[in-house]
Amino acid sequence: MALTKFNFNSFDLTTAASKGLAFNSSANGFETAVEGSMTLIKTLTASSSATLSFVDGSSSVVLDNTYPVYLFKYINIHPATDSTNFSFQANASGGSGYNETITSTYFKAEHDEGDSATALSYDTDFDQAQGTGFQTLVGGLGNGNDESASGQLYLFNPSSTTFVKHFFGVSQYYHKSNYSNSHRAGGYFNTTSAIDEIQFKMSSGNIDAGTIKLYGIKDS
Amino acid sequence: MALSKVNFNSMNVTPAASKAIKFNSSNNGLETGDIGGSLVLISEQTASGVQTLSFTSGIDSTYKEYIFKCFDINPGTDDQVFRIKFSIDGGSNYNATVTSTSFYALHREDGSTASLQYHTSMDEAQGTSGQQIARSIGNGSDESFCATVHLFDPSNTTFVKHFISRGNEYQSTNDESRDYNIAGYVNSTSAVNAVQFLIGGGVFDGTIKMYGVL
Repeated sequence: MALTKFNFNSFDLTTAASKGLAFNSSANGFETAVEGSMTLIKTLTASSSATLSFVDGSSSVVLDNTYPVYLFKYINIHPATDSTNFSFQANASGGSGYNETITSTYFKAEHDEGDSATALSYDTDFDQAQGTGFQTLVGGLGNGNDESASGQLYLFNPSSTTFVKHFFGVSQYYHKSNYSNSHRAGGYFNTTSAIDEIQFKMSSGNIDAGTIKLYGIKDS
Repeated sequence: MALSKVNFNSMNVTPAASKAIKFNSSNNGLETGDIGGSLVLISEQTASGVQTLSFTSGIDSTYKEYIFKCFDINPGTDDQVFRIKFSIDGGSNYNATVTSTSFYALHREDGSTASLQYHTSMDEAQGTSGQQIARSIGNGSDESFCATVHLFDPSNTTFVKHFISRGNEYQSTNDESRDYNIAGYVNSTSAVNAVQFLIGGGVFDGTIKMYGVL
């Protein structure tokens, strides 16, 4: 008996480019299905890691003009060293080193478990004015057994060769002094070169544990 | 010869409404499921004159992050607090310990007042009565509160459980927009496995959706 294969037009529905095949809402026919707009690109898991890097074209990482927005989610980052900063930098396409020029802002809210201190303040320790250092996302992270940081970082249109590259991050973490800290970093890489590499690291010591995920977000 | 097309019930899989046809995880058969996208809608609840909405299933190690989206929370009584509460016993008790921060920006419709401030009335220091994510929601017919709450790695049994909430409120008494920024941690190394939303007094209407992030 000959093997029969179904072709794209063998199904009882009107085909649509780049759409999936799904049952309709009544489960009595087919319909085309829309793919989600947020796509997981790569997951990196730290294990006493000095750095975690996302490099376009390497290890299945996409960080180019495929997506206009990229989103990094960092989950339970735990440093090997107490009171260190979790940070990131970029390398421009064709460049060398994670040392792009950054101008940024940084502010934070904090509250201790003993209810003795609260604050909402700008923090000049962690902003940059045309600096080339790593941009802090989390400052003063504790390394106690149950202490960690989680949050997310948006990077907009990194492949643009016209505009600077904007980013903003929101982090929530357990400060070394038993504080809940909510930190916000926003800024731009002051370059018109495309950015295709992002690296995360602690200001001192390794990333003992944690997960960083890279997503691409469509605009249409 | 008549043209034959493959019909929905010709596939070797049980049809499921609005689900796509995929190869199964063993790659030896078909299954239904969601295609593409990393944001997966797990469940949705619509409140109509209730005091609480609880999510008691689906919060586990399947996802490293859960997102709750609150749509148009409208209280039955004016000027109400809206809280999120966490459970580490499957919803028997919503009293997990929280330490958190709270700040908000506000601006009145008449332009008379605008500010950014830390708000000590909404933060928690090892509190167990629930985390406020809105402070004074109006109950006018067009007044409501919307928010997104991220809960990270709730099944983790090593670290505390971090959450980040941002929401906007139509404030009840001053006709002002309030942008609430609440973040903190559930200070427990036990897994968080249920979440409840609670209006401060009376009842509320609205919709809350829970997503998992792949």
